[in-house]
Amino acid sequence: MWKQLKKHRSSSLASSTSGGESLSEEELARILEQVEDKKKLIATMRTKPWPMARKLAGLREAQEFVEKYEGALGKGKGKRLYAYRMLMAKKWVKFKRDFDNFKTQCIPWEMKIKDIESHFGSSVASYFIFLRWMYGVNLVLFGLIFGLVIIPEVLMGMPYGSIPRKTVPRAEEEKAMDFSVLWDFEGYIKYSALFYGYYNNQRTIGWLRYRLPMAYFMVGVSVFGYSLMIVIRSMAGNTQGSTNDGESDNFTFSFKMFTSWDYLIGNSETADNKYASITISFKESIVDEQESNKEENVHLTRFLRVLANFLIICCLCGSGYLIYFVVKRSQEFSKMRNISWYERNEVEIVMSLLGMFCPPLFETIAALENYHPRIGLKWQLGRIFALFLGNLYTFLLALMDDVHLKLSNEETIKNITHWTLFHYYNSSGWNESIPRPPLHPADVPRGSCWETAVGIEFMRLTVSDMLVTCITILVGDFLRACFVRFMNYCWCWDLEAGFPSYAEFDISGNVLGLIFNQGMIWMGSFYAPGLVGINVLRLLTSMYFQCWAVMSSNVPHERVFKASRSNNFYMGLLLLVLFLSLLPVAYTVMSLPPSFDCGPFSGKNRMYDVIQETVENDFPTFLGKIFAFLANPGLIIPAILLMFLAIYYLNSVSKSLSRANAQLRKKIQALREVEKSHKSFKGRATARDSEDTAKGNSKNATQLNKEGTTHHPASPSQTLDQKAQGSRASSSAGRTVSPASQHPLASDQTLAKPSLRLVLGGQPLEGVLRDLPTDSWD
Amino acid sequence: MGNKQTVFTHEQLEAYQDCTFFTRKEIMRLFYRYKDLAPQLVPLDYTSYPDVKVPYELIGSMPELKDNPFRQRIAQVFSEDGDGHMTLDNFLDMFSVMSEMAPRDLKAYYAFKIYDFNNDDYICVWDLEQTVTKLTRGELSAEEVSLVCEKVLDEADGDHDGRLSLEDFQNMILRAPDFLR
Repeated sequence: MWKQLKKHRSSSLASSTSGGESLSEEELARILEQVEDKKKLIATMRTKPWPMARKLAGLREAQEFVEKYEGALGKGKGKRLYAYRMLMAKKWVKFKRDFDNFKTQCIPWEMKIKDIESHFGSSVASYFIFLRWMYGVNLVLFGLIFGLVIIPEVLMGMPYGSIPRKTVPRAEEEKAMDFSVLWDFEGYIKYSALFYGYYNNQRTIGWLRYRLPMAYFMVGVSVFGYSLMIVIRSMAGNTQGSTNDGESDNFTFSFKMFTSWDYLIGNSETADNKYASITISFKESIVDEQESNKEENVHLTRFLRVLANFLIICCLCGSGYLIYFVVKRSQEFSKMRNISWYERNEVEIVMSLLGMFCPPLFETIAALENYHPRIGLKWQLGRIFALFLGNLYTFLLALMDDVHLKLSNEETIKNITHWTLFHYYNSSGWNESIPRPPLHPADVPRGSCWETAVGIEFMRLTVSDMLVTCITILVGDFLRACFVRFMNYCWCWDLEAGFPSYAEFDISGNVLGLIFNQGMIWMGSFYAPGLVGINVLRLLTSMYFQCWAVMSSNVPHERVFKASRSNNFYMGLLLLVLFLSLLPVAYTVMSLPPSFDCGPFSGKNRMYDVIQETVENDFPTFLGKIFAFLANPGLIIPAILLMFLAIYYLNSVSKSLSRANAQLRKKIQALREVEKSHKSFKGRATARDSEDTAKGNSKNATQLNKEGTTHHPASPSQTLDQKAQGSRASSSAGRTVSPASQHPLASDQTLAKPSLRLVLGGQPLEGVLRDLPTDSWD
Repeated sequence: MGNKQTVFTHEQLEAYQDCTFFTRKEIMRLFYRYKDLAPQLVPLDYTSYPDVKVPYELIGSMPELKDNPFRQRIAQVFSEDGDGHMTLDNFLDMFSVMSEMAPRDLKAYYAFKIYDFNNDDYICVWDLEQTVTKLTRGELSAEEVSLVCEKVLDEADGDHDGRLSLEDFQNMILRAPDFLR
């Protein structure tokens, strides 16, 4: 078929060229332009507001046009290549489409989430979409860490038991396999590749000469870099969709009327709730509207708000102090021998309990404040954020004390090690002819490895957090639902309608929990490479578990609200948490010396010395000089200043652009108003003198109309307005002729705007109007 | 799923893919949903462009539309003769516009037509009253309804002619943060 087509084209080309060189330059250019237009039309056909039959017809016509002429445009020898390029382009489009089909198939859990969306509305589904996105990010981070750090160490590094840092000390050996010990991440797990302490500080390992310490450091840095990049990219993608200029307050009622229905609802119960919430929302707005002039006691409100804030600050300080106290106590516990399970896990339990009980407490206190619900929600989220943040940082500070304590002990441990080895090698009772076997790694006295201890703390926090979430869901949602469902038959009051009734899905609480867990992962992943893997597992199980829990034990919200642009709010929080979790890691890397006998940086003065070493030893010397030159403060400080200036400049440019935008918009509106008042004026005026010359004018008008369409002046709104004008003009027969209509300038104006001439006549023009192509619509 | 479907010709499927936001798989899935609404009525072979319309009652009973207060208007807007009975083309059109890949201005255009109950290309006070009543299922009193309609006209009517033209509607709706469904 391809050959036939080519023959057909070549014959048509031959005939046209033999027919007197009709393909001149301008004609070619014109045809090319038309072909481009048709191609654009084909590409955007699906966005046209036409019925399907018209779209199909238009598509067929455009495709035939393009087929007919695109071959003819290639001249002479280039023609074959041109046709070949067309074929390749078509194949590429088809390939892209197939690839897109394939890609959409690969999105996991899509059906689950759509199911939830139809039952609970888009806001609950947005939490699950966020969870899925988080899972993707964590998967990538896990791939990085696993592939570049854990696998090389496990495959090419020294095996377990060969050197002291990789072996369980003799004292702990009998209990190292106990489940309770393993659950606390001690025992064999502590001395495995999951934690920092396992890694050897050899500069290169294996036959590949893989530089593990360097890789460890760079992976730690790139975890943060990748997370930062992906959060910012996601935020930028979200803001692209909405060019909100903050005028949403002006349209409350309109928005309520036209956008409150959630078209994705597919379940009658949710629909009922939605109706009820819309009704209530209307009633509330009406009441708001009527009460907006009501006098309110400003002083009382202000006093109450100050009181509420004071109470909440007290709560926050109290919780911070409680955590500090508990962490200090746990340090003392670790010195004792027989500690109960509660004492071991006190810190995590207290933190989780605080996270569970304080938010409802804040809500009850916030009832004093009497804010508008949307503002109240923001305050509530802000307070919960402060609570979590305070808790986390207090925890970190207490941990820091612990670390400093361990570091100060290092000197004594070094001494002990030295003397032990000395005694071992010099003790009597050994045949001096054969060299002594080296001391068994398990017997070597070990320094307390502070990095591993920190990693273990984060691991335990993550695990306990997950357990607490599970238990909360099981008890708070599932058992409650079972209780309400089954006890309702034999209970005095209606359990389903009154207390306790079924639980609603707490979106903001869950999202904040997710964000803070991610923050903890970011903080802990440098010291415990296995943490990200645990998190991936956790997110996976959490997805399935929460999907099941939501569908089985939750009911749709009474006030079903939209997901709207609060997505960017959560992304912003995530970004903030990312920075905040970067700070402790950066501080410890920069200022604390690594442990002397564990981890990939042992023996160095600071962790970042590994970079300097690599640059000196592995890179050619001139690169070393370049790096030294670049790291010169004299160069870096001006660079930072330059960046600040660039930010300031871009900021002011964007401000001025948005101001210009607003002004243009106002201008357009003003112009439109002027036009409309002109039209109604003219319509009434010209109706009079057009009635005698209706026939002749209508003929001219159709002519002008045709020219008008080729210049695309008419937008659909204008055509609609003209229909209205036409009907109005024909009905307003008895108006006085204003002098302006006799003015010659008026007729010029009507000629200049062919759309105005269409006002005349009415009936026969309507058919023409209906057939106006609405390409200018976009 | 191979290429061996016999419902449409290859060109028909390509044309549908160009005219809607759907991929081939989705178009086939939509076809089977359409067929399930009226298995006796809808033939399995569309290569000969049969002229088959599924009556409104069956369309309105689809789970996606059954709870929607505007389902009748939606079916009317997308059907051939404005009576709510839809051919396969109309059906595909409707879902294409409602899908999440359709751009905002396209949705705004069709939303205007849906809310224009009397098809006079303006949303007048009567249309607004109808909308509110359908949204609240008659729970609001008459004066509350008229207050709401008055407020909406206040807010959105740009040219102050007492009704919303397509322009006014588009202006207003494209500023809405939640308007995507």
